[in-house]
Amino acid sequence: MRELAGWGRYPRHRSDLIAPPDPSRAAAAAAGRTGLIARGNGRAYGDAAIGDRVTLHTGGLDRIRSFDRLSGRIRAEAGVLLANLLDIVVPAGFFPPVVPGTKLVTIGGMIASDVHGKNHHRDGGFGDHVEELTLALPDGSTMVCGPEQNAELFWATVGGMGLTGTILDATFRLKRIETGWMRQTTLAAPDLSSAMRALEETEDFTYVVAWIDCLARGSSLGRSLIYAAEHATLADIDALRPGADPFPTKKAGRLSVPLDLPSFTLNRLSVAAFNEIYYRAGARKVGAPQLIPWEPYFFPLDGIGDWNRIYGSRGFVQYQCVIPTDRARQVLEEVLVRSSQQGTASFLAVLKKLGAGRGDLSFPMDGFTLTLDLPVSDTVFPLLDELDRLVVEAGGRLYLAKDARQSRETFEAGYPGLVRFRDTRQAIGAAGRLSSKLSARLGI
Amino acid sequence: MASEKTLLLVGGTSDIGRATAQVYASAGWRVALTARNEADARRNADDISARTGQDVDVHRLDILDGEGLDAFVRGLPVLPDTVVCVVGELGDQARGQTDSAHATLLMRTNFEGPALLLGLLAERFAARGSGTIVGVSSVAGDRGRASNYLYGAAKAGFTAFLSGLRNRLAPAGIRVITVKPGFVRTQMTAGMKLPPVLTAEPDEVGRAIFRAAEKGGGDVVYVRPIWRLVMLVIGLIPERVFKRLRL
Repeated sequence: MRELAGWGRYPRHRSDLIAPPDPSRAAAAAAGRTGLIARGNGRAYGDAAIGDRVTLHTGGLDRIRSFDRLSGRIRAEAGVLLANLLDIVVPAGFFPPVVPGTKLVTIGGMIASDVHGKNHHRDGGFGDHVEELTLALPDGSTMVCGPEQNAELFWATVGGMGLTGTILDATFRLKRIETGWMRQTTLAAPDLSSAMRALEETEDFTYVVAWIDCLARGSSLGRSLIYAAEHATLADIDALRPGADPFPTKKAGRLSVPLDLPSFTLNRLSVAAFNEIYYRAGARKVGAPQLIPWEPYFFPLDGIGDWNRIYGSRGFVQYQCVIPTDRARQVLEEVLVRSSQQGTASFLAVLKKLGAGRGDLSFPMDGFTLTLDLPVSDTVFPLLDELDRLVVEAGGRLYLAKDARQSRETFEAGYPGLVRFRDTRQAIGAAGRLSSKLSARLGI
Repeated sequence: MASEKTLLLVGGTSDIGRATAQVYASAGWRVALTARNEADARRNADDISARTGQDVDVHRLDILDGEGLDAFVRGLPVLPDTVVCVVGELGDQARGQTDSAHATLLMRTNFEGPALLLGLLAERFAARGSGTIVGVSSVAGDRGRASNYLYGAAKAGFTAFLSGLRNRLAPAGIRVITVKPGFVRTQMTAGMKLPPVLTAEPDEVGRAIFRAAEKGGGDVVYVRPIWRLVMLVIGLIPERVFKRLRL
């Protein structure tokens, strides 16, 4: 028995932990066990990757099985870390079709959470790019599924939080990049409405994200910087940074980040002052495109070891909701107002536009998603329950990979695909056999 | 590439074997892995190949197949420039104390098999006039201890074998290197409580092997230098004291 927690360090549960060394033993481990769930690198924030009884760590499944350097097709075992994969594919001139905000996740976890990136509005979730995957079913057998074969099981598995079986490996296609740099354009938005408008107007960019200054109140509520970016071409480098190495080394990359955003902002002292400076500094860059190395662009927080510890020993919850486009402005404004009334409120939030999700339990839907970090305290849970009511009432939902505390009612209201998901679980004998603390809590 | 150097990695499914092969392949070497189970070795070969862009071969070999070793060496498509043998089996000391079959397995896996195979390759290297032999032995072979002396004794035999081979073949220009990794975080030690300062990652062992074999490092390599000191101290403890220690 081991005590396990997610990245938010809340909640903590005890579970048996097994770590099979290869896919065949990972598949066999499911047979004859109940309450089993797979766990990758433990970056889901809440209780998604803690087995109700047994947790199967996929760290031994860390082999890349093939990588075609011409077509960009790669087949990797589920426990391969995205960071590890990037080290191999970027120098070869490729980039994953979708990456989340941290590279310290596994391929299996990316599929199970159907992670989205800053390009969801254009390219969909990670699951949309998976050509096929091998799934270990509850009886110990394996099945290959993809959009073309066993599609029902495939779309239950994409975003299915490991509840249809243990993903053993996956094949997907990478996209070509000319350089390891990003060409970033910054826009400043003085309030929430203009931030949302800016996100819609920048939809032609591949990658778009807005950082909201949560300490701005009143008429500045929702004040944001919007970062729109493309993978830089060789021509971009010639124009913006002649002579630069097309594939920046990590060291060069770090030096060239103008502002180390998170290490400053996550320091709770002088946050308001910093946000002010940050906003102004960012606003000064408005218009002129900049070159940024891919690593700090996509994974700013990964540079800071255990940033989850700054919220103290009680841990924190990350609240990520999505609200359908037509209701988004009003609801998100309310969410920002209420959370900022909370003394311990998040001081930076991320706002993004999402497209529709494909998996039964995929989080994305056409709308806007807002992400807040909130330290665990006695007052935070009643606040979040209030926010949930706003989200449900607007037809939105919460991201399961972040969730540690939503109610069954909130969950069921947000995920109409649950009915089909449950049917699929029944059909493959997963109901009652594969379960996490999250699925037990939400009655999946 | 005509000038491509070749490595034969004996024990291609172990963590140290995988890491070592990866280091060589990254440096542009053509690597062949041996294993009893070809499918398991193929998994590592594919991984190394995907990571480095180098082709990696797999040969089936059972190190305990005494009769078959000669045929294996004769059947190699190319005589490698370097052979690294990482074969090892920690086994169960307590079981080996009463179960002779298990004790035999430990002795044969840790000493007999590796020594016979490297001996056969050494003759071919000597005939060719070039080649490097790396044997992964163990600090456990430096002094027998209650907790693992079956394994330790076999490794001591292997260490002595490598030492003699080195002594004999040095004039012929054949290098023989003994590597003593100390604790390594691998499947073999999974679940053990290991002191971090004394514990190497497999990749560290791989790089130490490459440095010693291909960059002109020492003949006897302790992957973490502190182990040389630790084993020196352990070696200096008088037997009348040592026999009373719980080690």
